[in-house]
Amino acid sequence: MHDLTDITALGGQSPRVDTIGEVMLRENDGLALASVQARLGHETACREHLANLLDGRVPEIGKVVLRDPEAAFWTGPDQWMVGAPYATHEDLAAQLKARFGASASITEQSDAWACFDLQGAKMEPVMELLCSINIRAMQTGDAQRTSIHHLGCFVIRRDPNDWVRILGPRASAGSLHHAIVTAMQSVV
Amino acid sequence: MTQVNRVKGGQIDRNTPLKFKFDGKSYTGQAGDTLASALLANGVRLMGRSFKYHRPRGPLSAGSEEPNAIVTLRDGARAEPNTRATTAELFDGLIARSQNCWPSVKFDALAVNDAASDFLAAGFYYKTFMWPAPFWEKVYEPIIRKAAGLGALSMQEDPDEYDKGFRHCDLLIVGAGPSGLMAALTAGRAGKEVILADEDFAMGGRLLSEQMQIGAKSALDWTTQTIAELSSFPNVRMMNRTTVMGAFDHGIYGAVERVSDHLLEPAAGKPRQILWRIYATKTLLCAGAIERPIAFENNDRPGIMLASAMRSYVNRWAATPAQRVAIFTSCDDGHRTAADLHAKGVKVAAVIDTRADGPMSMDYEVLAGAQVINTKGRLGLTFVDVQLSDGSERTLECGALGVSGGWNPNLHLTCHQRGRPTWDGGLSAFVLGGTLPPGMTVAGAASGDLSTHGALQSGAHGAAEALGIKAADTPAADDTPAKQSAFWYVEGCKRAWLDQQNDVTVKDVKLAHQEGFRSVEHLKRYTTLGMATDQGKTSNLGGLAIMAEIAGKGIPDVGTTIFRPPYTPVSIGALAGRMRGMEFHPTRLTPSHFWAKERGAVFVEVGNWLRAQWFPIEGETHWRQSVDREVKATRASVGVCDCTTLGKIDVQGADAATFLNKVYCNPFAKVAVGKTRYGLMLREDGIAMDDGTAARLAEDHFVVTTTTAKAGPVYQHMEFVRQCLMPDADVQLISTTEAWAQYAVAGPNSRALLQKIVDPEFDISNEAFEFMACANITVCGGLRARLFRISFSGELAFEIAVPSRYGDSLMRKLMDEGEEFGVVPYGTEALGVMRIEKGHAAGNELNGTTTANNLGMGRMVSKKKDSIGTVLSERAGLNEDDALKLVGVKPLASEDKITAGGHLMAANGPVDAVHDQGYVTSAAYSPEVGSMIGLAMIKSGDARMGEQMRLVSPVTDSEVVVEVTSAHFVDPEGGRQRA
Repeated sequence: MHDLTDITALGGQSPRVDTIGEVMLRENDGLALASVQARLGHETACREHLANLLDGRVPEIGKVVLRDPEAAFWTGPDQWMVGAPYATHEDLAAQLKARFGASASITEQSDAWACFDLQGAKMEPVMELLCSINIRAMQTGDAQRTSIHHLGCFVIRRDPNDWVRILGPRASAGSLHHAIVTAMQSVV
Repeated sequence: MTQVNRVKGGQIDRNTPLKFKFDGKSYTGQAGDTLASALLANGVRLMGRSFKYHRPRGPLSAGSEEPNAIVTLRDGARAEPNTRATTAELFDGLIARSQNCWPSVKFDALAVNDAASDFLAAGFYYKTFMWPAPFWEKVYEPIIRKAAGLGALSMQEDPDEYDKGFRHCDLLIVGAGPSGLMAALTAGRAGKEVILADEDFAMGGRLLSEQMQIGAKSALDWTTQTIAELSSFPNVRMMNRTTVMGAFDHGIYGAVERVSDHLLEPAAGKPRQILWRIYATKTLLCAGAIERPIAFENNDRPGIMLASAMRSYVNRWAATPAQRVAIFTSCDDGHRTAADLHAKGVKVAAVIDTRADGPMSMDYEVLAGAQVINTKGRLGLTFVDVQLSDGSERTLECGALGVSGGWNPNLHLTCHQRGRPTWDGGLSAFVLGGTLPPGMTVAGAASGDLSTHGALQSGAHGAAEALGIKAADTPAADDTPAKQSAFWYVEGCKRAWLDQQNDVTVKDVKLAHQEGFRSVEHLKRYTTLGMATDQGKTSNLGGLAIMAEIAGKGIPDVGTTIFRPPYTPVSIGALAGRMRGMEFHPTRLTPSHFWAKERGAVFVEVGNWLRAQWFPIEGETHWRQSVDREVKATRASVGVCDCTTLGKIDVQGADAATFLNKVYCNPFAKVAVGKTRYGLMLREDGIAMDDGTAARLAEDHFVVTTTTAKAGPVYQHMEFVRQCLMPDADVQLISTTEAWAQYAVAGPNSRALLQKIVDPEFDISNEAFEFMACANITVCGGLRARLFRISFSGELAFEIAVPSRYGDSLMRKLMDEGEEFGVVPYGTEALGVMRIEKGHAAGNELNGTTTANNLGMGRMVSKKKDSIGTVLSERAGLNEDDALKLVGVKPLASEDKITAGGHLMAANGPVDAVHDQGYVTSAAYSPEVGSMIGLAMIKSGDARMGEQMRLVSPVTDSEVVVEVTSAHFVDPEGGRQRA
């Protein structure tokens, strides 16, 4: 076991939680991520591996397959992001490489992203101040790419549907957090 | 002062008095008032002075079309000039000041301009201030700006916050009058996502100002009940205090919601306003119509206003502008005002109807076929002179005159994408025509249907047709067809105001025509008709009509100017939103940021990144002391620098090497696994784009690094190549810049330090891990990491990467373990000094004009393969004999300064652009050399070693003698980095 200690994207020893009125923002440092991109000519095999991983479901355009421990959302043609609990899947990229073999390029993405869970009755109005996603039309199981405070982000609508997960670039976690909290204060 | 001009009824809350100040004097109004209605209720008609002639002015309207009652709201940093008293919602503690007057609105010294009006006609400035030319900017313009104009900014930072937001809907309804409400009912009952927006704080539009029946109810009751029903629909969003100010591309509308403008100040954390981008599948414009005035002699005195505004003040706000009023009308609508005011107990002196066949009344006198030919009253209307149908004249005493010249459909938003309205002779008005913004239709008065029943019905059907649903049943209402005719101005008038905001008279329009400014666009610029905050909402058509008459054309042949967004003025703060100060752009922090902050690092912005520039220690008072120390310590032992900001792109796939061979101009096909190669990327035009390294971690896996600045553009370029130029290649890309914390560990003791961190099973000796090696390793007892033996400083050096979350800890570990070697952290300044000493190109050299040949890397461009930019890099113009070459320069006198950006001239001869020999790209003080040094692009530089040249900088007025040297000031043989 190595002797380095980790910090969260916001620089803390533990994830930050902000509750303002009826909406809560939780920094989530417990997510392992890896990108899966099908190799040319191996698209079918890649989808089969992904389906095997996700109980037979492959996320289609704009969708996420929500399940434990592994989940995945669509990020581009023949391209997905797979997530799993960091505590049990810190080596997610290696696990996936073993599963997918030559059918996919796998890249560790765990620390490329900061993850925030925004939840509560006022989640939708907060999201309306943050990005152009049609949040009222977005359903549990939808995943979209958008821009929040000029930062390229993924937004995933989870179950229950008063909850969205926002993945944004880790180095800008502070700016992203500031933007979300500011919007929460505006709305509540 | 008591509210002397309050009448009965109205929709104000008489139980909630609100105290406010206007021009320093205290007044009381009621909740539900606007500033204008409260002032009128208090007997105040004079609210400002005009733009040019400083004439006394009061409100012309009761809405956002107001040209006259323009005031500065609030004080201190929140002072907001040029706001309309007619739309400013009254709140307790409101402070307002009139504008454009000194010392007071009642006695304004610059009213002398009015007496000089014969000299101040249209084009006065252009004709008068012609000579001497330099005087315009320094003398004339400041004087004119002081004398003429609107309010002044506080010059303090806006203390309020503004938000931006995004909303989507099936149907956006602009305007919540009768048509808008019926449209919302239709769409809302059908379950559609609806946004109903209205600029007013109360919804209902004209219905709030009318005494009429809808079905079996009063207009007000019907409105209240309808709003209640709409509010119960979760799918209908009611956005009052929201002005839809622009129709933009792809069904996107800009709307400003005034969240807190009706409060003394916004609640903590709340925005003052929100700029919404509304994405509407369909839009129904229900913006109503604006009443048009009639021009006659001295028609601008306080108390003279649109008849519909007078009706609104009395019916909605229970405030009459005077106890005795008259009406001047050319249509039936003026009579409605007279009847309503009479019903409220206001004395109607007479209705002056330009038509001989207008309606008559038992309650007050109607002067048919008559015209107002002059008015009196210094600071407010006292008398109107009327010419009767038989030619005789009569003077009427009245404190207010309601004027009605008919109604103009409010078409602004239909024209925001260059659509032009068409002329309707029956209505004597422009109506919608041409191409509307996609998805937009129009209902109600805006569509030219001026009756209440027509508005209700067209609203319901407009929504139904837009959405393919059934229209809601329309209640019965007044369906009298609107009769209105063209009557623009009273013959023979001299000073009759068309555009009260810009002091443009009928005479000015005639003068413009006489002087050849006949195009409608020229008319606008020459006279300023239709400019400023109201954009001519009440004046444009009058100006056009007069120009048409003089030119002997029809109004449609004169044409209209173009309506552009915004519909009403928008605060710059709303456009900026939260992006101000430190939040102007997002900030990127490196993994060692929090540690560096603890160490007292001085940071520099590099794009969005904050990077440690140097790390001062106790006793250092100047940045050079810190930087020199960091450089010396690194070259003597070991230093650590956070280089996470360099772009990292993961390149995988069977064709990864082939792909990189295409992207880089030097060969990559045969890079061995476990090796890193320096690479130079060219643009298609042969100019250098970026440089970096590519480390081959596996046969089908590279990690490419880019410069910090070009991380995004290079990734974009590589995606373009992948998707468009090499679609048949098996290659996958993804950015990993932020996934890995990467530190340069440089200096003769770098290996010794790393050996304490890298797990023992990995041999990093020179034999096992030679210069340019790379590997996946583990550190600190099992953490996955990557190690690259690459050097930017010229020293024995490595770059080590771990997952970002461990970056902070790794930096602390390197500092602890390095203590025995005297390890230093170094910042971007020391990094820059060492790379200049080593002669490595960076952004200053890869400046978008230089080629591989210029950079001394011409031979790297492989002729044996086809890579991007190779062909055009061979252009003759880029390869002339005296092409610039990257070299070093150092001053002959060691104390002399090398200035980056300075130009090099031959030792003797002229100093000018023709004799320019090149320029210095980078400069730094080199502790190794003991003087400043520079990198320079010099014509045939590589053949001029040892030559003395003059480095000149006309900007800093300096001239220094320098010697041309090799760019490699440190270890030119490269022995250190291979040690």
